[in-house]
Amino acid sequence: MRKASWFNVGSVALGLAFLYLPIVILVIYSFNASRLVSVWGGWSMRWYAELAHDRAMLESAWVTLRIALVSATAAAVIGTLAAIALVRLGRFRGRVLFSAMVYAPLVMPEVITGLSLLLLFVATGIDRGFWTIAIAHTTLTACFVTVVVQSRLLTFDVSLEEAAMNLGCPPWKTFMTVTLPLIAPALAAGWMLAFTLSLDDLVIASFTTGPGATTLPIRIYSEIRLGVKPEINAICTILVAVVALGIVAASLLIKFHDVGRGRPAQLPARA
Amino acid sequence: MAGSRNTGWGARLVVLVPYVWLAAFFLVPFLIVLKISLSQTTIAQPPYTPVFDPAAGWEGLKAFLSALSPENYTFIASDWLYLGSYLKSLEIAAISTLLLLLIGFPLAYGVARAPRRWQPALFMLVVLPFWTSFLIRIYAWINILQREGLLNQVLLALRIVDEPPPAWLSTDTAVYIGIVYSYLPFMVLPIYATLERMDESLIEAAADLGCPWWKAFWLVRLPLALPGVIAGALLCFIPIVGEFVIPDLLGGSQTTMIGQTLWTEFFANRDWPVASAVAVVLLCLLVVPIVVYQHLQTRDLARSGH
Repeated sequence: MRKASWFNVGSVALGLAFLYLPIVILVIYSFNASRLVSVWGGWSMRWYAELAHDRAMLESAWVTLRIALVSATAAAVIGTLAAIALVRLGRFRGRVLFSAMVYAPLVMPEVITGLSLLLLFVATGIDRGFWTIAIAHTTLTACFVTVVVQSRLLTFDVSLEEAAMNLGCPPWKTFMTVTLPLIAPALAAGWMLAFTLSLDDLVIASFTTGPGATTLPIRIYSEIRLGVKPEINAICTILVAVVALGIVAASLLIKFHDVGRGRPAQLPARA
Repeated sequence: MAGSRNTGWGARLVVLVPYVWLAAFFLVPFLIVLKISLSQTTIAQPPYTPVFDPAAGWEGLKAFLSALSPENYTFIASDWLYLGSYLKSLEIAAISTLLLLLIGFPLAYGVARAPRRWQPALFMLVVLPFWTSFLIRIYAWINILQREGLLNQVLLALRIVDEPPPAWLSTDTAVYIGIVYSYLPFMVLPIYATLERMDESLIEAAADLGCPWWKAFWLVRLPLALPGVIAGALLCFIPIVGEFVIPDLLGGSQTTMIGQTLWTEFFANRDWPVASAVAVVLLCLLVVPIVVYQHLQTRDLARSGH
């Protein structure tokens, strides 16, 4: 048995090293004073300073952030409704098509989703730009929210909702006062996931973008194609830092939320 | 009680909003792709012929249908460029799914067998890279794999390779590294989920009956973990077939996956009907794995619901 556990420690250590080493190297290089990758010129904030003057990059960052905010919020609403429909409403007409449409975007190759949405926007004559990317990202990310919220809906006690309704609470009020607080952590996690997926997306944004809506991934991609640049290392490091901070904040939030909610949620079960 | 809930306008709205959204922005776009794939190329400008005129009614529909042509599909089938990239995509997806299994299973197994109090932290560490940008993770590998990059510096220092060092970028190896790196969490998560739920007393029973650990692993643990393995494999295989960014940034010009072909057809050649036909054929290739994946998803949902 001991042999097996050494094997386990080794595979976890190697796996995690494989996952983290490239990102750590990227972060270190972003502080390299030298322009050349092969030369270590000492620690420096030079590339961050140059980034602050890059108007086009800052503009893209702002557009990307706004798109992510809008689409993550819309995806959270649509995804949560879809999760409730799938978990709580049992059999309704068109359920098979519905669940197919909910899960398909999870695995659909992005080139297909991007192409089809672009052709829709062209066919309907909608001007491409900020809103078309936001719509595309909402469609892409809503299914991720559904999966996260759905697992939470499945694990909490349905009798809580039923008790409220038996006591004469109308369905929408039951949802606002019982269901929503219970699924809030999952909803927050789903929103975060949608937000980061939107920040990250290159392929679908490239298809659905228009004049004046060059997102950060589109700009970074066009720069990368020309080769490695220290400024790109710097902006990537900033993005990694933002995401890491966001996740730490979110997990702390969920922890406090659970501690605060833990006791009242158990009361009805005891009764 | 449950029955009356289903009939309320609130319940109807809960279904209707996501339904309409997904129909409008997921289903209808596919129908448009299908239609354009059957259209002729007018000089790169929509609308493509034939145009369906709803005012003409039934006759209009018949005229519309008879004007559709499979020309783009016969074009794709006759050109090795397309067939070759479909095959290359399937090959790369199959090999990298296998590699992902070989690396992902031990990792998931290790995490699932770790002491209880370590598990949430280890689990978090595996998931965390998934939250950082896909593009950044690929870019990180360009830093490492380029000719003057860190990998060659290390290999030269250890005298494993001689001057001039080999080029890692623009090779299939780089594409495999990029894919395995990016998709690893997708493989580990479903496998970990099944391993973690597994009843350990089954393994103990096998051991008590004199079964060596490797045999118990092969005969008991692996079959029980199979749903997770299949889900992970599909979750990786399907998107990898259509992958664009990784082969474009890490691969060479001789490795053209179908996602790149579609991209070039659309953005460089501006041939939308052929690009649409490429997408439809790609979707047909993936329809079986997608349906299997959906089946697993709904079955999993039904099981955990009871």
